[in-house]
Order: sequence, then C-alpha cells, then structure tokens
Amino acid sequence: MKYAYFPGCSLKGLGRAYEESLLPVMAKLGVEMVELDDWNCCGATAYMSIDEKQACALAARNLAIAEKTGPYDLITPCSACYLVLNKMKHYLRDSPEIRSVVQRSLEGAGLRYSGGTPVRHPLDILVNDVGLDVIKEKVVRPLTGLKVAPYYGCQLVRPYATFDDAWNPTTMDRLLATLGAEVLPFPLKTKCCGASLTGTLPKVGLRLTYILLREAARRGADVIATTCPLCHFNLDAYHDQVERRWGPVPVPTVYFTQLMGLAFGLPARQLGLHRNFVPMKPLPAAHAPA
Amino acid sequence: MIQVLRTVKYEAERVKGFGREIMSVPGCEQLASCIQCGTCSGTCPLSVYMAHSPRQIMALVRADFKDEVLQSNSIWLCASCYACTVECPREIRITDIMYALKLRAIREGAYPKRFPIPILAKEFSRMVRRKGRITETLLVMRLFLKANWRAVFGAWRQGIGLVRTGRFVMRHERIERRAELEKMLSSVEADDARAAAKEVQ
Repeated sequence: MKYAYFPGCSLKGLGRAYEESLLPVMAKLGVEMVELDDWNCCGATAYMSIDEKQACALAARNLAIAEKTGPYDLITPCSACYLVLNKMKHYLRDSPEIRSVVQRSLEGAGLRYSGGTPVRHPLDILVNDVGLDVIKEKVVRPLTGLKVAPYYGCQLVRPYATFDDAWNPTTMDRLLATLGAEVLPFPLKTKCCGASLTGTLPKVGLRLTYILLREAARRGADVIATTCPLCHFNLDAYHDQVERRWGPVPVPTVYFTQLMGLAFGLPARQLGLHRNFVPMKPLPAAHAPA
Repeated sequence: MIQVLRTVKYEAERVKGFGREIMSVPGCEQLASCIQCGTCSGTCPLSVYMAHSPRQIMALVRADFKDEVLQSNSIWLCASCYACTVECPREIRITDIMYALKLRAIREGAYPKRFPIPILAKEFSRMVRRKGRITETLLVMRLFLKANWRAVFGAWRQGIGLVRTGRFVMRHERIERRAELEKMLSSVEADDARAAAKEVQ
C-alpha cells in the first residue's frame, strides 16, 4: 500500500509528536508514505482572509506536486491541511475564473493540476483501506481499561469529509475500540477547541478549550484522543492556563496515533509522548503482554 | 423604565452594492437565499461573544451595511469550525462569507489597531510568501511583537515548556524553490490587477 504524504508545517513544529507516532505506526501496518518534494504551507485558515486566489494557488502547488509524485492518494494528517486542500479542490473545480488564474500561475512553475489526487486523512486510510482486522492483528498490548474520550475537532469532519459524519463521527471510536480501549461517549467530539483564539483572544479561546477538558474529566476519561495538531496544542499546552482560571481538569491529551503505537508495543519515547505538557500515565503493567 | 432597546438603521448608512459585491465572491453566491432562520447563530460556538450574531451579519451584508459589518467583532471571532455551513438549510457557506468579510476588513484597514487576529493573518501570509512554510514559534513571536509585546510575559511558562519538550523551533522552516512559489503568487496578483483594470474601464 503506497501513498503520497503531505505533513504540513505543524507536524514539523509544535505537532511533531503526531508525525513521530504516525510514521512508525503506518510502517508497522505496511503502509508506505512518500513525502511530497518541496511541499509548501497549505495556507491554513489565515490565507483565505488575505487573498482567495493566492490561497488556491498555494494548495494547487501541493496538489500538482502530488500528481507528479505518482498515482497515489495523498495522506494529510493535519485537520486544517486536510480541509484546505479538499476545499481548494472544490474551488478549482467550481470556479472557472479561479481555475484559469491558478493554472496560469502553475504553468510558470512547470506544474499542472488536473484534480485527480484524492486528499485523505490517516483515520480514513486506517479504517477503510488497511482495515480494523489487520490493525487488530498488530495489537500486542491491548489498551484494556483505558478510558478514552474520542475528540475529532471541527475541520476534519466539516464540511468536506466524505468518510464520516459531520457531527457524530465514529471512525476513531471504532479504531480505539479495536485497540482494546474503553471508548467513552463524548458528545463534544466535534465542537470547536478555540483554534487560534487561545493565542489571540485568550479569554474567549481558553473557555472553549476548558469546556472540552471539563466534559472529558466529568466523564472520567483517562485521556483525550485527538486527530489535529492545533486541538492537541490547545488541550495540552494551555492546560495549566485553563486550570488556573477554572480549577482542575486532570485529563491529558494525546494523538490517536500515539495510542495506536502503544497498543502496537512501541516505546513511549519513540512515539513522542515525552513531548506532552500534561503527561499521560504509563499503561499499567497488567496491560503488558505476559 | 422605558428606554430605547433597538436602534433604527438609516438609508444613509448603506453602501449600495456591498451585498452584491460579497455575493459575487466564489462560494458566497447562496447568501441571496438566506431565510433568516438563525440556525447559524444557534450552532455557532462563538456567537455568545459576538456584537452581531451570524444571522444578523448575513442580513446586514445583504442590506449593504458595509461599515457596520466590517467593523463588527463578529467576523474576527469566527474560528472556521464550519458548524453553520454544515447546518444551513439554504446551503449558504457562512464560513466563506466570513472570510470574504475578513479579507475586505483587512484591505480597508477597518479593524481596531493592534487587534491580534487580523495581524496574525497578515503575519502568517507574509511568512508563507517569504519562506513557503510556517514556523509556528517564530510566527507567534512576530505576533507578540506587532500586537502586544507585553503578552510575552504571560506566555513565558508555555515557552519554557516548548523548549523542554523540544518543540521550540528557532530556525525557519522553508522550501527550496521559494522563487517558484513567489512567481506563482505574483502571477495571481498580476492577473487580479489586470481584471481590476478592465472593470474600471
């Protein structure tokens, strides 16, 4: 199984633990990932408010490079990148004006965009291409007894995702259950984490983060599983600021790929778990294989 | 006690053509069919902080109240979670309309000085254009510098945590073919300028 891979800026920076855990987990499952040559920032949410067509050109350059890489689907682990690249595919398909401007800009760079590369999230690949039965075979250290709140965030499932529901996605629930974890019902699973508002308007952003942490704590979660580097950063790196304002919400947040790695028996450090501000408790020895 | 609870909008406050301009932006066409049901406001996690709810913003845009909309805090509070867009029974892409409004507010300088959200967008795009990629820690430092340097003191603990966990990146991430990217973005700009000139004629 071979895919093209677009890491995005976060996975090389604040969210590097996501990449550190994604790569060995995929390798273990026999999924080959080819990182796009000289990929650029997807434009995220910010570039759309500066210039729509330039934002499209940014995405199109990556998609054109992906087409050049080969006839592979593109794995995009960051929710923002996943949304933006899919969104720009819609813009390029629907607006002849944008398409012609962007194609002209690509020509100058010796690139071409045909729209043929599906942009997909690792959750989609894992559950629908690899399959839960294959994943189950690799589990050597089941997460039995670990209570997990599955948190998907907003941009992964809205509005362009086709592999799961916009309000009540279940792909990660099923994946975590396959690892042996106890997956809690978590009604806030797609509610906004506050995004960059935690940094720009802390009073507002932190409250959204707090609401999620409080709900997870209330439900007795040992850990929150996330799919997005920005969600992870808000829930983890602002954890102390949230607690200073509103009191204890003692739940760590990790990437779902880190939980997969643990279940596959990979060492915590290799999965980037030491990068958390709020550390996840080591799995009880009882969970280790006999 | 009796007091005025609602202000009245006057014809003179309207900037004719503004609504049409927004509805001509790709992705924003459906605004014309808004039925003012308020589903967007109900589903928005930020609307409790907004001076105008998303539903009100839709009505104000359509009725050409340009200044009121572009100066409203509502457009900046939108965190792009797309809850409204998914729920809208008329399939109006409200999040994208918010982007179109943010874009115009930035171009016209219609936001409070040192307000961090538009400054973040500007610094973000500048870094992407120069380097091709974002180095988050450096972006945040630029934001502090431009918006509120005192905020650095509030963030020292987080900064130390990032150093401790090996996530504080000081070297710029960048792409190899920066000239190629710049050429692409300039080409888009040139096309836009040509189109604008044609419209004036």
